[in-house]
Amino acid sequence: MTAIIVILVVAAIVLFGVYVSWRAGRLDRLHARLEAARFALDAALVRRSSVALELASSGVLDPATSVLLAEAAHDARSASSGREMAESDLTRALRAVFGQPDFRALVAGRLGAEELLGELESAAHQVFLARKFYNDAVAATQDARRRRIVLLLRLAGTAPSPEFFEIDDSLVPAGETGPAADIPHLTG
Amino acid sequence: MRIGLVCPYDWEVPGGVREHVKGLAEALIELGHDVSVIAPADDDAELPSYVVPAGRAVPVPYNGSVARLAFGFLSASRVRRWLKDGAFDVLHVHEPAAPSLSLLACWAADGPIVATMHAAIPRSRALHAAQPILASALEKISGRIAVAEAARSTLVEHLGGDAVLIPNGVHVRGYEKPDPLPGFPGTGGVLGFLGRMDEPRKGLHVLLAAFALLAPERPGLRLLIAGRGDAAEALQQVPALYRARVVLLGQVSDADRVRMLHSVTVLCAPNTGGESFGMVLVEAMAAGAPIVASDLDAFRQVLLGGEAGALFETGNPAALAAAAAGLLDDPGRRASLAAAASIAVREFDWSVVARDVLRVYEAVAPAAGRVVVAT
Repeated sequence: MTAIIVILVVAAIVLFGVYVSWRAGRLDRLHARLEAARFALDAALVRRSSVALELASSGVLDPATSVLLAEAAHDARSASSGREMAESDLTRALRAVFGQPDFRALVAGRLGAEELLGELESAAHQVFLARKFYNDAVAATQDARRRRIVLLLRLAGTAPSPEFFEIDDSLVPAGETGPAADIPHLTG
Repeated sequence: MRIGLVCPYDWEVPGGVREHVKGLAEALIELGHDVSVIAPADDDAELPSYVVPAGRAVPVPYNGSVARLAFGFLSASRVRRWLKDGAFDVLHVHEPAAPSLSLLACWAADGPIVATMHAAIPRSRALHAAQPILASALEKISGRIAVAEAARSTLVEHLGGDAVLIPNGVHVRGYEKPDPLPGFPGTGGVLGFLGRMDEPRKGLHVLLAAFALLAPERPGLRLLIAGRGDAAEALQQVPALYRARVVLLGQVSDADRVRMLHSVTVLCAPNTGGESFGMVLVEAMAAGAPIVASDLDAFRQVLLGGEAGALFETGNPAALAAAAAGLLDDPGRRASLAAAASIAVREFDWSVVARDVLRVYEAVAPAAGRVVVAT
């Protein structure tokens, strides 16, 4: 009789251990995914500000637009604490630049304009996607870390709780997003 | 002289630089000169006859806040056409480093160009990213003016070179007529605040805290606030008991601005920093309103070290309360401060300031020929 109880207890402990290690492994994988997403987001943002800066100094745009864009891109790239704000400002500056009437027609034919605009558009897409996937990973990680067993056994260790990255990254003005505008396009 | 002035900020929204350009243009016209101003504005906006619209301003993040600017190819071609039609003897651009019409005008013009710097930009937000783009336009400027020491040091730090100091002007006569708002100033005393409520550096929070200190002992004391911002947020900083004694006017017209200054017993300027000049003080001086102001360098200069207005320790509500109480209780001191201020303010009258600006034009223009469109 006691032997059966002992076996049951041992089995329970083993099962619990397996469960805990499965949980911990899952959390670990989530943290790894989060880390990768963060790198991708960072790279996308840096690329976007670099291309914006390149466009600003290319001579394709008029000097006032160039200065506007250069300063926004520079602020975004050098911001550390207020990064979300600075990146949102860069988006707004881009929107103002590309929102000029007949913008595409006016720059068409200028040397290097097509390539730079195409590159900027693709960089902006990357930011949009990378941010979506990063926030997705944050949500999943936060959810996993809130489990009682994870909290109780401190499975998350000392890793800081991840935070969402909230910026304005839509190149379409608010209110004008249609069903096809999930990925931002510079011009309609 | 045929003078072309360029305002980089939206003509339809009140602001320091726009007021300056307007005042200068009108003073120069009064002195018999031929003046044209180009500024961002809608084509169908109601504008003074001397203003040429360059198209609607676009709100963009610039220098830590949102500015209403005009840029892009269409603005650039409007500026070119204006330069061509104007055939100016001198081109005077304002805030040429801002990404707007002034920069476009520098780019598009050759000949005698004068520029006035208004803002004090902190070193950390330096223009270095845009430096190469700016340099070729700013190099063309042959005479540089700064409205205050802080604007001059910004210029020297960022771009090198030097500038002549010529202060901001006011139309003193326009402020003199006593026509207070209905029900003001009354008998219990009125503290006044003129400026944006939602900009922390304007220091409204310091004044509200000081008012909370003064209100219990002075049952008749009121607070009159004129400026853009969230009224509910401001009121929340005042104990509920005294809220009824705070009068919020919101954004006011130029005429009501003057009436507001005549409605207060003491005008408070509790700014905490970032002021390069202190236009609000000069306006209050012109209106004859006794002043209590933060002890900032720029303010101290305008108030002649305290002779033309009382100074208090910047950011300290208790010090403001004490200084304001001192003035509220002493009509003789209020009168003597106002009298000193009304003499000191003459130096800032547009008739004086515009003549100084003309001297700069005369120093630059003959040697450089006429303003032409660059090829």
